Amino acid sequence: MLTPVMSRYWDHPQSWTLDTYLANDGYQGLRKALAMEPAEVVQLVKDSGLRGRGGAGFPAGVKWGFMPQGPIDPAKPHYLVVNADESEPGTCKDIPLMMATPHLLVEGSIIAAYAMRASHAFIYVRGEVVHVLRRLQRAVFEAYEAGYLGRNILGSGYDIELIVHAGSGAYICGEETALLDSLEGFRGQPRLRPPFPAQSGLYACPTTVNNAETIASVPPILVKGASWFRSFGTEKSTGFTLFSLSGHVARPGQYEAPLGVTLRELLDAAGGVRPGHELKFWTPGGSSTPILTAEHLDVPLDYESIGSAGSMLGTKALQIFDDTTCVVRAVLRWTEFYAHESCGKCTPCREGTYWMVQILQRLERGEGSKEDLETMLDASDNILGRSFCALGDGATSPITSSIQYFRDEYIEHFAQGGCPFDAEAATLFAGAGL
Amino acid sequence: MPYDPEVRERLERDAKQIIARYPQPRSALQPLLHLVQAEEGYLSQDGIGFCADQLGLTRAEVTAVATFYTMYKRRPSGAYHVGVCTNTLCAIMGGDAIFAQLKEHLGIEHEETTEDGAVTLEHIECNAACDYAPVVMVNWEFFDQVTPQSSVQLVDDLRAGNPPTPSRGASLCTFKEVSRILAGFPDERFGAVDAGGPAGEATLAGLRAARESGAGDPWNSTEPDAYRMDRPTEGEGG
Ligand SMILES: Cc1cc2nc3c(=O)[nH]c(=O)nc-3n(C[C@H](O)[C@H](O)[C@H](O)COP(=O)(O)O)c2cc1C
Ligand code: SF4
Ligand code: FES
Repeated sequence: MLTPVMSRYWDHPQSWTLDTYLANDGYQGLRKALAMEPAEVVQLVKDSGLRGRGGAGFPAGVKWGFMPQGPIDPAKPHYLVVNADESEPGTCKDIPLMMATPHLLVEGSIIAAYAMRASHAFIYVRGEVVHVLRRLQRAVFEAYEAGYLGRNILGSGYDIELIVHAGSGAYICGEETALLDSLEGFRGQPRLRPPFPAQSGLYACPTTVNNAETIASVPPILVKGASWFRSFGTEKSTGFTLFSLSGHVARPGQYEAPLGVTLRELLDAAGGVRPGHELKFWTPGGSSTPILTAEHLDVPLDYESIGSAGSMLGTKALQIFDDTTCVVRAVLRWTEFYAHESCGKCTPCREGTYWMVQILQRLERGEGSKEDLETMLDASDNILGRSFCALGDGATSPITSSIQYFRDEYIEHFAQGGCPFDAEAATLFAGAGL
Repeated sequence: MPYDPEVRERLERDAKQIIARYPQPRSALQPLLHLVQAEEGYLSQDGIGFCADQLGLTRAEVTAVATFYTMYKRRPSGAYHVGVCTNTLCAIMGGDAIFAQLKEHLGIEHEETTEDGAVTLEHIECNAACDYAPVVMVNWEFFDQVTPQSSVQLVDDLRAGNPPTPSRGASLCTFKEVSRILAGFPDERFGAVDAGGPAGEATLAGLRAARESGAGDPWNSTEPDAYRMDRPTEGEGG
């Protein structure tokens, strides 16, 4: 049930070097791509069914196909921007991937850039992970030295520059249009769409933004083919992907498996929920995806099934919380995060997240009321769909879903005038006498 | 205090290199801010002015950008920046207890620096290491599965000039040195890139589980439906 492909030699003692990468079919995909027309590469990725791994699950090949066709206007060069900002709470897949096998991302970036006929590609990596930056910088250096980057790569006549850019701390910069503003040297605030980046992106030129894992999935597709990729996953959610299990599990970590696997199956592989406890709630794809409960253990983790269950697959960040966890505390903390990270551009999100924090703090202290719950649901209604970008929408997910599944627990807080849980019991070091 | 001519000359050389990386100069602003932070450990008025000069912007324009991002420090900071993740998952796994313990032990609050100038304490948001929770970042290197006790040991060692080795990553350098890497200059220390091995336990958990379960070889699989997960939907039986 587990299918390590991208992660298949992560335990190699020098997994990040060019030599190791070459010994594991590295840069074979690029050679194949360069022997094809760019449009054929786009078609291949369309045929594979690969969907974006950054949260929304949009088909990657289709997105690449939105880039202008025909001769390139020299005043409007094409750009590829790889989104390695990874900051959605719970999400922790791109960072280990880039640390263990940075060349997979470098090769994927070159192939994608070639397919969309870009002359420059950027990897925008969050700044707070300096070791990942070291590995990426080295991999890019090695790729230039080996002739995979720069002018006339591998004698193909294609020129491509790849720039590693470190961000400086702001969750909103993961939103693709905010990321573009940030990369242009401005405050990272979302842009109005349309125009979409494929028409007017970086420097108002045609641009594609893809998640790091999306791009890292491309070299295997070139090497092994679209139908091989489709031999993983489901009809509509094809391929393998990284599921990140964190929290109250026996063996948290990265589990690469086909889309459509279930949480029950993944938990089996991970040794289950920590001993002596039961699953209480979990996120399928980060804090912006509505929480689910033990009744959803057998829902296939693909875009369609999780959608039908009332949530979203998002980033496949499976944060597992057991029966020691106070859901009110969890939701308050997430909401504080959204309030802190709201860029302030639009009122529903800026004001809404602020007021939600006030209400939740009151509720956690046990000073809330039933009306507070209704107020929060109302406010969520006003934020959802009325915000300028998806950060505001995401901020409502933990609130509405937790009230849906755990209304009683909120009530218990004000019925008993405080939190009924022992915070220490939920920690990793519970019972260790620390 | 404006930069010495020597310092300024060196920074200008670095700035030129940074600006040359980008199709348009203004894109260099973030790395330039990291560069001047590498000089003084925070963004001084001189640093802001330097960035503005290099890019032909006003100080106000540069300040507006700098204040948007959390990694730029507006006050002199310690040699070691200690960030405790208190986003939900880490908080619940122990991050809240760690942060409380460190505040008490060091006698400082969020964004304050110890008197010896060694440690600046901060609570931070999710650092993409939730599978290693609770996580503490020191100068943006990972310390995994920290406890209140081990966090106290960690800051004591930092203050004693005895910086411990991160769980995954190179041996610690100072906040200024890290800022230079963020500006896009390679870490020149021998072995820095290779330090720390490929991955920690959590990163390898799935690979190990796959090997133990004899999961086969998906990379070389040629079977058309080998890893298909289609399940009969409700109502279709099965
Ligand atoms: C607030 C917010 C934060 C986001 N953060 C990230 C991120 O860190 N990484 C990422 O790849 N996508 C992030 N996204 C999604 C991007 O906007 C975009 O959809 C994605 O990069 C597209 O790549 P994909 O099609 O390959 O998935 C974020 C979206 C929002 C609204
Ligand atoms: S929804 Fe929030 S983050 Fe998005 S534009 Fe509005 S204020 Fe900014
Ligand atoms: S919640 Fe702490 S690293 Fe993600």
